[in-house]
Amino acid sequence: MIKARATTAILAVLLLNACSDSTFNSPHPAETDDRTTYYSSFTLPPKHLDPALSYATDESVIIDQIYESPLGYHFLKRPYELEPLAAESLPEITYLDEAGETITDENAHVAYTRYTIRLKKDLRYQPHPAFALGEGGESLYVFADANESSAYQTIADFPEAGSRQAVANDFVYQVKRLADPKNKSPLLGFMGQYIVGLKEFSKVVGDIERDGWLNLDEFEMSGLQVIDDRTFTITIHNRYPQFVYWLAMHFFAPIAPEIDRFYKNPGFKDKNLTLDWHPVGTGAFMMTRNDPNSEIVLERNPNYRTELYPSSGSPGDLEAGFLADAGQPLPLIDRAVFRLEKELLPRWTKFLQGYYDRSGETHSNTRGVFDQAFVVGPEGLELSKDMQSHGLTIAKDVKPSMYYYGFNMRDPVVGGYTEERRKLRRALSLAFDVEDYVNIFYKGNAVAAQSPVPPGIPGQLEGREGINTYIYDWEDDKPKRKSLDLARSLLSEAGYPNGRNRDTGEPLKLFIDVQSQAISNAQMDWIRRKMSDLGVQVEYRPADWNRTREKLLTGNTQIYSHGWLADYPDPENFLFLLFGPESPLVCNCDGANNSSYENPEFDAKFSEMRAMDEGPARDALIAELIEMWRRDNVWLFSYHPLEFYLNNRWVYNHKRHGISKRTLQYLRIDPEDRTAMQLAWNEPVIWPVVGGFAGFIALLFPAVRAYRRRQKMTISPAATTED
Amino acid sequence: MDTVKIVVLWSDLLIYLLAASLTLFFWNMRGNPITAARWRQVFGTRLGMATFVVLGAYIMIALLDSLHFRLALEEDPGQKSDQVYFDNQVVSVLDLALGDMATEHERTYSAPFALQSFEKVNMKNADGVSYRDFPRLEHAGAHLADPADRGSDLVLQSLIGLAKGGVLALIFVGMQWFFLRGSTLPWRAAWTTQAVIICFAAWLIHIGNLYHVLGTDQAGNDVLYKSIKGVRTGVLLGTLATLVMLPIAVSLGIAAGYFKGWVDDVVQYLYTTLSSIPGILLIAASVLLFQVYIDLNPEFFEIGLEKADARFIALCFILGVTSWATLCRLMRAETLKISQLEYVQAAHAFGVSHFRIITRHILPNVVHIILITFVLDFSALVLAEAVLSYIGVGIDPAMASWGNMINTARSELSREPAIWWTLSGAFFFMFSLVLSANLFSDLVRDAFDPRTGLEGAA
Amino acid sequence: MFAYIVRRLIYAVPILIGVNLLTFILFFIVNSPDDMARSQLGEKYVTAAAIENWKIENGYDKPLFHNAEAGGFYAYTDTIFYTKSMRLFAFDFGRSESGRDITADVSQRMWPSVALALPTFVTGIWVNICVALMVVMFRGTKLDRWAVLVFVSLMSISYLFYIIGGQYMVAKLWRLVPISGFNPTADAWKFLILPVVVGVVAGIGAGARWYRTLFIEEASQDYVRTARAKGLSEIRILFRHILPNALIPILTGVVVLIPTLFMGSLLMESFFGIPGLGSYMLDAIRSQDFAIVRSMVFIGSVLYIIGLILTDISYTWADPRVRLN
Repeated sequence: MIKARATTAILAVLLLNACSDSTFNSPHPAETDDRTTYYSSFTLPPKHLDPALSYATDESVIIDQIYESPLGYHFLKRPYELEPLAAESLPEITYLDEAGETITDENAHVAYTRYTIRLKKDLRYQPHPAFALGEGGESLYVFADANESSAYQTIADFPEAGSRQAVANDFVYQVKRLADPKNKSPLLGFMGQYIVGLKEFSKVVGDIERDGWLNLDEFEMSGLQVIDDRTFTITIHNRYPQFVYWLAMHFFAPIAPEIDRFYKNPGFKDKNLTLDWHPVGTGAFMMTRNDPNSEIVLERNPNYRTELYPSSGSPGDLEAGFLADAGQPLPLIDRAVFRLEKELLPRWTKFLQGYYDRSGETHSNTRGVFDQAFVVGPEGLELSKDMQSHGLTIAKDVKPSMYYYGFNMRDPVVGGYTEERRKLRRALSLAFDVEDYVNIFYKGNAVAAQSPVPPGIPGQLEGREGINTYIYDWEDDKPKRKSLDLARSLLSEAGYPNGRNRDTGEPLKLFIDVQSQAISNAQMDWIRRKMSDLGVQVEYRPADWNRTREKLLTGNTQIYSHGWLADYPDPENFLFLLFGPESPLVCNCDGANNSSYENPEFDAKFSEMRAMDEGPARDALIAELIEMWRRDNVWLFSYHPLEFYLNNRWVYNHKRHGISKRTLQYLRIDPEDRTAMQLAWNEPVIWPVVGGFAGFIALLFPAVRAYRRRQKMTISPAATTED
Repeated sequence: MDTVKIVVLWSDLLIYLLAASLTLFFWNMRGNPITAARWRQVFGTRLGMATFVVLGAYIMIALLDSLHFRLALEEDPGQKSDQVYFDNQVVSVLDLALGDMATEHERTYSAPFALQSFEKVNMKNADGVSYRDFPRLEHAGAHLADPADRGSDLVLQSLIGLAKGGVLALIFVGMQWFFLRGSTLPWRAAWTTQAVIICFAAWLIHIGNLYHVLGTDQAGNDVLYKSIKGVRTGVLLGTLATLVMLPIAVSLGIAAGYFKGWVDDVVQYLYTTLSSIPGILLIAASVLLFQVYIDLNPEFFEIGLEKADARFIALCFILGVTSWATLCRLMRAETLKISQLEYVQAAHAFGVSHFRIITRHILPNVVHIILITFVLDFSALVLAEAVLSYIGVGIDPAMASWGNMINTARSELSREPAIWWTLSGAFFFMFSLVLSANLFSDLVRDAFDPRTGLEGAA
Repeated sequence: MFAYIVRRLIYAVPILIGVNLLTFILFFIVNSPDDMARSQLGEKYVTAAAIENWKIENGYDKPLFHNAEAGGFYAYTDTIFYTKSMRLFAFDFGRSESGRDITADVSQRMWPSVALALPTFVTGIWVNICVALMVVMFRGTKLDRWAVLVFVSLMSISYLFYIIGGQYMVAKLWRLVPISGFNPTADAWKFLILPVVVGVVAGIGAGARWYRTLFIEEASQDYVRTARAKGLSEIRILFRHILPNALIPILTGVVVLIPTLFMGSLLMESFFGIPGLGSYMLDAIRSQDFAIVRSMVFIGSVLYIIGLILTDISYTWADPRVRLN
C-alpha cells in the first residue's frame, strides 16, 4: 500500500537522523562558518528601534548593543557606576548664573548647569549606505522621488556602503531629533523642562510643514553648542544632578544627519526602510537582519574601536570567573541571533535542549515555567536535580524596579490623612502577607518592600535600620510581619471592627482595579482570601492597559496595581512617584504619582533633595521622605522582583546589569561544548515511532484476513441483504 | 429571607426559561404521533438511552449550579440598625451538594490524592532548627492519624462512598422500575448508566471531601471542584448560544423564503456578509467591545459574578450571531420548498393571513431543522469555548470554565515535573460531555432527517 | 461563464462594504483613536500633544463618518471611514498601528501559512478518504460500528488537546522534531511535519466520518448492486465505482475551503511558532491592532467569496447538467 511506503520513508529519515552527527530537532539552520553565534529569543517584536523613540526594555536589549550614548555603566562594578562610553571622560560640569556667567561661589543661586562632553577619537559608525559617497564626495543614495529609489527594497540592495567618524554634531543632532515633535519622542515633554531652549526649538520645528527630510542642523537650540568635532555642551535649567544618568541612555546616542536624510528618502517609508527598523550606530554590533516576524540578527561591527574587557570588578567577580577575559578585545562573540518565541513551553524546552544559550533576555522567571527549575530558599537558590545535571549557571538580576498596589489617597473610604485612615490602610497592608504571596506566585523571586526604594539603591538601608516598623518587627535577624491580631485591632480602631462598619454594620468592601493580563485568577483568589481574614470583602474591576490607565488619569479608582522600572539608580527616581505635582489629577498629565499622594511637607523636602548632590545630608532627607511614606501607608503592598536567569554551561561572563542592557559584547560562548551537549541532550526516543508502525502493521493483518473472509461471504445471499 | 439572598443571574434566568420551554415543547409533542415515533426511534436504542442519561446528568449539574444565592453575614454586635448584609461570594445549590470541596484550600499546588504539598517550604522542627521539606496539606487526609494509612484508608473510604452511591442508585432506579415496568424501551441501559453515574458521583463527593481527587491548583483550589463548576459554563454556552440566535435566524429565514423579493435579497445580503467575515475575528471584536462596555459601566454590576455573567451572555449572543447564517440559510431553503406545496398555495387562495400560514403551515414543518441544529451545534459550541478562552476572548477568567483551565494548564505542563492534573480534569469532563452529545445528536439526526445534508466537511 | 463571474464579483462589492462597515464600527467603539495612540506610544511620559500628533500622523484626526467642515462630496470622503476602508478595495492596506506596512507583512506571512495549511489539507483529505474506504469495506459489521464510535470519540476531543498533547509528547518528551519555529529554506519540512501530523490526526474523526457517510450513500445505489452482481471484487467496486462518484460531492464540498488556506490556522501557527497569517491575526487581536484586523477581515471575506465562486464553477465542471447563468 502507498501509505505503508510513505510511513516507511518517514521512519527511515527519522532513523537516519538519529544515527547522524547533527541533531534533527535543532531549530537553527546548520552553521556554515566557524564564527561564534549566540542564540537567544525575544517574546514580542520590538516596536521601535529608533533611539529617540524606544523606551522599552526588550527594545533596549537590541539597540543598546548598537547605539552608544556619551556615558555608560561599568559592566561589573556594583553599586552601579557611571563611566564614559562614547565620551572620553565624565562630563565637565559648570554652574552658571542668570547672566550665563560661571559661578565659583558654592552658595550662589544656580540658574543653569552646563555639561561639557568630550568624545573619544576613534568613534566610527558601522558600514551603511547612508554614508556611501560617490567619486565627487557626494552622498550616493539621495533620491528626488520614489521612482528613483524603486530598485532598492531592502538595505541589502544598496551595493555601496560607507562609514565615517561620529562627531559632536551628530550628538547634537540627536538631541534636536528628541525635540522635533514629528519624532514623537517620549522624552520630549520631560526634557523640555530641563534642556535650555528645547521647548522653543520644538515649537519652531514642529510648525514647519514638510515633506521628507528637514535638516535640523539649520535650526539652533540655545542649550546646545558644538565646540569642535569632538566636543559639545548641553545646558540645562537649574541644578539637576541626575541629568548625567540620562546621558547614559540611548536617547543621547549620535545620529548623523546623513542617516536621517537617507531614511527620509521619498518612498522609503513604504518599504519599511526607516530608522525605526534599521538602526545605525557606533556600538560593538550592527543589525544585519530585522524580521520582526521571525528573527533579528546582530553582527560584529567591523569598524568598532578597540575596547577591552574590564580588568576590575566587584568583590566576588574574580571567583565567579567574570574576570577571566580581562584585557580581551570586545566583543567576544561574532553574531547574535534573536528568534521570535512567543510561547513559554517552546522557549523553555529549547533552552533545556541547548538551543538557546540563556533562558531569556528581559523577563526571566516571573510567573511561568522557570520557577519549577529552582526555588529561592533561605540558603539561596535550590536547583532541581535535572537542572543540576545540565550544569546550568544562574545569573541574578536585581532591577531597580517594583510592583505595587496603591491606595487612591483621594478615595472617600481608604484615602485621606487622618489617623483613622492610616490605621485602616495599615491594617489592610498587614493582612496582605507579601512574603507568602511572593513565595506562592513568584517562587520567592522577590523581596517585600520596606520602602519605595529598592535594595541596592542608595537610600534604602540594609538590615534592622531599613525595615518598615509599622508593619515589621525585627526578629531572628530578619524582618517579621506583625500579627494579624494587630491588624484586626487597627481595623477596629479605624472604625471597622471585624471588617464591619461600626455604625451600620455594613461590611467593608474594597474595589481593586487590576490589569487583566497582569494578574491570574489564582492571585485574585488569594488576595480575596487574605482580606476575608479581616472580614473585608473584595471586588475586582479588571480592565486592559488602556482602560486602567484612563482610570488612573481620572482618579477613578480605589486600589490600583502598578509597576515601576527606574530609569537610573537614584532614589529620586522612586520617590517622585509620591511627589504631589506628579499626580495626574494635579498636573493633568500622564503623571507618575498615581496615588495622588499630596503631602506639602513631602513635596517641599523632595524638591530640596532633588537638587542636592549625593552625601549624608541628602541621605537624611531621603530617610525622612521614606518615613512619611511608611507612616501614611500609601500603598497596600509592594515588592521588588528579583530575577534569575539560567545560563547553559557554555555561557561565560553572564553577569547581569540591572540597568544597562549593553552587556552582549562581554558575553563569551564555548561553541564546541555547546555542540557536544546538544548532541548528548537530544537523543531522540524512537520506540514510539517504531511501536506505532508495528501496531499499524499488526492491525493491517487481521483487516486483510477479515476482508478475505468477507469477500468469500458475498456469495451467500445473507450478506447482500444488508444494502 | 434573612439568611440568604437569592441571586438571579441573567444566564440562570435564560437556562430555566429554556428548560421550561423545552419541557412544554415535548409535552405538546406527545400528541403528535409522527414525532413520538421518531423520539421512540431515538430512545429505542441502548446508546440513545445511555447518552441521554449522561447528558441529563450534566444538565442536572448545570441547573443545580444555576440556583444562586448569597449567605447573610452574622449580625455585628456593635451594629445599630437591623440591616442584614450579605457575603459578596455567590454560592449555588451545587456547592451545598459538593460539601466542603469549595472551601478546603491548600497553600498551593498538590498532586491528586497527595498528602503533601507539591512545593517545599521552610519549617522548623521541635528543636528550632529550620529545614526545608514538603509540608503536609491542611485539609487533604486531615482525618488520617498516620500518613502511611493512606492506601488502606482510600480503599475503605471508596467502599463507603460507593456503598452510599449504591443505596441511592437502588432507590432511584427501583422507583423508575416500579413505574416503567411495562415499557418496551430499553430502560435497562438507562438504569445501568444512572446507577454508574450515581455511584461515581457519590464516590467523588465522599472522597473529594477527604482528599483532593484531582489535586489543587496554584492558589490551592481543588481542581475537581473547578472542573465540576465548569460544567455549568459548558452546558449553558452550548444551549444558550443557539437559543439566543433562534428567533432571529428562524424569523429572517422564514421571511426570506416566504416573502421572497427584496426581503429575500436583504436577508441573503445580511447572512452572506456575516458569514464571509472570519468568525474568530468577529467574535474577538465583539467580545472586546462588550468588555469595554462592562469596564466603563461598573455601577451596573453589584458583584463580580454579575460582570462575568454579563460577558458570558454576550459571548453566547455573539457565538449565536456567527452561527446564525447556517440556520438562516436552511430555514430559507426549506420555507421556499414548503411554500410551493399545494396546500400552502391553497391557503393563499383562500385569503388566509400571512401570519397564520407561517405559524400553522410553515413553522411546524421546519421544527425538525431547528431541533437538529440545536443538538448538532451543542458540542461544537462547547469545543469552541476552549479555543476562544485560549485566544483570550472567551469566558471571563473569574468564571470557572474548561477553556480557562486548559489555558493555565498549558504553562503548567512545561514545569518540571509537569503538572498534568488540571489538563486531565478539563479533558475528562469535557470529553464525556461532548462525546455523549455527539452520539446523541447523531441518533436525533438519523431519526428526524434520514437524508442528511446538514453537515459540512471537516 | 465569464459574465457570470463578473456579475458575482460585482455582487461582492456591497458585501465587502458591509463587512468593512461592521468591523469599522465594532473596532472604533472598542478602541478610540486616543487608545490606539496611547498603546502605541508606550507607557512612560505620554503627553496629550504626543497623542494628537500621532493621530494626525496616522490619519485619525478626522471625523468618523461625516465631515461637516468639508463641503459636498468631501463631507463623506474626508473621514476616517472613507480613508481607512475604501483603500482596501485597491488592496492597499496601509500601515499597522505600529508603523509596519501591512501589505508587505501579509505577502511575506502568507507563504508559511500556505506551507502549513496546504499539506495539512491535502494529506488530511487523502488520509480521511483512505480510512473511510477501509471502514466502508466492512460496512454493516461490528467493525464498522466500532470505527464510527472511534471517529465520534476523536472528534469529541478539543483541538487544543491534540496540539498540546502532540507537541508535548513528540517534541518535548521524544525529541523527534523541533518543538516550534520555522525556517523558510530547504529544511522547512522538519518544522512542518509535526503540525501537519497533528492537524491531520485531529481531523480524522470528523473527516473520515463524513466521507464514510458519503461512500455508504453511494454504495447503496443501484449501479453498485449491479456491479456486485457481476461478481466484481469489493476492492474493485470501491475504487472503480464508488470512489469516483463520491468524489464529486467531496470536491464541491472542499473547494470553498481552498482560498481560506491562505489565512492559515490561528492555533497551529501560534503553538508551533510559524510566522504565518494565523499568528499575525492572533497577535493583532491581542494587541488590538485595528488596521491589521480590518485588513485581515477584508482579505478573509474576499477569499471566502472567491471560494463560493469556485464552488459554483466546480459544480459545472463536475456535473455537466449544471449551467451558470
